Amino acid sequence: MFDLISFIPRAVAQATPLLLGSTGETLTEKSGNLNLGIPGIMYVGAISGVIGAFFYEQKVGSVENANAFLAIMIPMACCLLGSFLMGFLYCFLTVTLRANQNVTGLAMTTFGVGFGNFFGGSLIKLTGSDVPSIALSITHQFYAAKLPFAGKAGVFGELVLNYGFLVYVAIVIALLASFFLNRTRRGLQLRAVGENPSTADAAGINVAAYKYWATCVGSMIAGLGGLYYVMDYASGVWSNDAFGDRGWLAIALVIFTIWRPNVGILASLLFGALYILYLYIPTGTNMAIKEIYKMAPFVVTILVLIVISLRKKRENQPPAALGLPYFREDR
Amino acid sequence: MSGKRGGRIRDRRQFRTVQRDGRRREKPEEKTLDNKVPAVRMCGITKTFFGKVRANHNVSIDIQRGEILSLLGENGSGKTTLMNMLSGIYCPDCGTIEVDGREVSIRSPKDALNLGIGMIHQHYKLVDVMTATQNIILGLKEEKYDLKAASARVREICERYGFELNPEQKVYDMTVSQKQTVEIVKVLYRKADILILDEPTAVLTPQETEKLFAVLRNMKKDNKAVIIITHKLNEVLEISDRVDILRAGEFVGSLRTSETNAQEMTDMMVGRAVALNINRPEPKNPEPRIEISNLTVRSEEGLLKLDDVSFTINSGEILGIAGISNSGQKELLEAISGLQKVEKGDISYIGEDGKKVSLIGKDPLDIQRMGVALSFVPEDRLGMGLVGNMDMVDNMMLRSFRAGRGLFVNRNRPRAVATHVKDSLEVVTPGLSTPVRRLSGGNVQKVLVGREIETAPSVLLTAYAVRGLDINSSYVIYDLMNQQKERGVAVVYVGEDLDVLLELADRIVVLCGGKLSGILDGRSTNKYEVGSMMTTLGGGEAR
Repeated sequence: MFDLISFIPRAVAQATPLLLGSTGETLTEKSGNLNLGIPGIMYVGAISGVIGAFFYEQKVGSVENANAFLAIMIPMACCLLGSFLMGFLYCFLTVTLRANQNVTGLAMTTFGVGFGNFFGGSLIKLTGSDVPSIALSITHQFYAAKLPFAGKAGVFGELVLNYGFLVYVAIVIALLASFFLNRTRRGLQLRAVGENPSTADAAGINVAAYKYWATCVGSMIAGLGGLYYVMDYASGVWSNDAFGDRGWLAIALVIFTIWRPNVGILASLLFGALYILYLYIPTGTNMAIKEIYKMAPFVVTILVLIVISLRKKRENQPPAALGLPYFREDR
Repeated sequence: MSGKRGGRIRDRRQFRTVQRDGRRREKPEEKTLDNKVPAVRMCGITKTFFGKVRANHNVSIDIQRGEILSLLGENGSGKTTLMNMLSGIYCPDCGTIEVDGREVSIRSPKDALNLGIGMIHQHYKLVDVMTATQNIILGLKEEKYDLKAASARVREICERYGFELNPEQKVYDMTVSQKQTVEIVKVLYRKADILILDEPTAVLTPQETEKLFAVLRNMKKDNKAVIIITHKLNEVLEISDRVDILRAGEFVGSLRTSETNAQEMTDMMVGRAVALNINRPEPKNPEPRIEISNLTVRSEEGLLKLDDVSFTINSGEILGIAGISNSGQKELLEAISGLQKVEKGDISYIGEDGKKVSLIGKDPLDIQRMGVALSFVPEDRLGMGLVGNMDMVDNMMLRSFRAGRGLFVNRNRPRAVATHVKDSLEVVTPGLSTPVRRLSGGNVQKVLVGREIETAPSVLLTAYAVRGLDINSSYVIYDLMNQQKERGVAVVYVGEDLDVLLELADRIVVLCGGKLSGILDGRSTNKYEVGSMMTTLGGGEAR
């Protein structure tokens, strides 16, 4: 029988990196920057966190000596710094130097994955372990820490309370991002920059500054998705290339949610559910069928694209200046 | 800000160089009539572009509060440039600007707004997916973000001056006139009391124009200073108290509207030297080339763009098409060249042998092969016809790349064509391999028109071929069209400047809101007849 009680928590765990990634990318895209470097940025966020955690764990040695605050904050600070630098680099290339956004983004993804695998590989060598992975069990304990009574609070506790803190952080960030975009003056101005930068410029809005801010903050949020993946979902185990195609799913999710982070909360759950559906459907030994199920999120995204382009509602279209560099004196 | 206007602080350094000697030589006395400090006084303003194009030379104007001033002049006479200096888009090379008697330096649109000067440009700066209110408060910082309060203020402004505007309406749902209203309210919301409107009626229907004028009169009552840039004499007479006339960048005089008439203003506006004198040879044995009957075209959104239009285009003649912008000119040319779906009616091409072929349903390529060439100069110039990132040779090749056999294209012929166009039309370019995007607007147009002519068409369709060109380049284009006409080509000229249409065209088809308002003989008609037919179907009362 289909086991919802075990299915939903697993779907949530899958959904969280996607939600963080798509919230970050939505903010970025609202400024008119189509950052296809998100998969690389999430990857860099993850490995930066791993590096921080690795050295902290080396220093303290065991759980008893570890300070909860430091064990959480050091990896997180490293993760935010790493993903910020990636976002900043992307902005420098596309906003200041006006390089092509797609090419830059794809290059950032390739670079980010290579960067992650290089340092991941180096750390594995440092530990001298036999398996090609690093286990950060101390950090994992803090990241996956749950409310003590959550497990005993029945079905509600199982489904709603029984997660590491980053899950709730992701939801709060998505709600805040929604509020920011729709209910604040800066949000309005950010949207104006993404829709029509020359109009925003004429209205006295600093277009470049908004693009930098939105992209860097967006990258940092996306980076947290990578961090959550390693520290909580993967039980603190880093192995090269394990992150998979989650970064691309996050970008697909942005389209799926028609650029609305609050919609992303439920949509990411749907994506997460579709992503692991194959584990819950009896497929026997036929691996090919599993692969078909894994396609589901992408198929759904394509369907959404078809539906929104049929409906032709202007609010559901991507920001009008998405992917276009802005130069005041251009014709 | 459109890119061209973007270099707003280009000449900041020179701004302080004040030239005081040549103040108001020609200006009559009546301006001191009210004996008040003028809201704005511009003295001895000179502006030169790129060191050689003189847009304004020693211009001095002023305006009182509670007054509507028209700035009259032909296209290219420097009206917009002058006002752009007042609104902070350009800085003058020399001259002073005073607001309420205080000398000021205006370096950006923001400075201008802080002084209460707001300009409504021809091309609106609005974000389509946002509401009127959101657009209006965009970029403001001071108050709390409260859309309801802002909407209430917008309503209050609308009520005060008689605008009709729904603050919650999205811009993409709006007509041109509503968008213009948003732009005006935007300026008023920022507490501007000196308003500049750049050709505000160019895109409006007569009814909308009436509404706008009513609003402007309310502003006048509210003691605001309003400046309208225009080249339409009837509007000057209808709305303004005073008219300042510019000609070729120079100030030629200021008149009280109540004491002048259209004739006097025309004389001053056109002047002695600038009298247009375009050669107009008699058409040589014209015969029908294209017959259009009962043509009806709908836009993709289902709006009626052309309604039951019928006329004939003759060989060896220039057919002018007049109409306020967006009256169906674009759709007409596109329908002829096969780019636009036709709902009803027929377009036939009649060859030199007298054979009649319907163009409806034909591929644009086939129509092109029959010798119908389209050179459409859209507002952004590069939108249709040329690829900005390619050089002149490649752009020439867009017409000829199918020629020849085999897999490879022949670049020698396009190169020869490009060289010929460059030399004969005096295209200013660093070289044939410079991307067309980098050329100035006028030169881009020459490349486009030149290429179409090089294909030796039997029908040449041009739209706005001289848009934004200086007088000399315009004349080169007129000459080109006349040459084509003498070779027996049927030339269609869609233009904005009525004076040119009247000088150049043998016959003038006047469109009004997509309907055929009338066909006039270019030699016997006059501006007022054409003008009234443009605004009312069939003409009505000619002024």
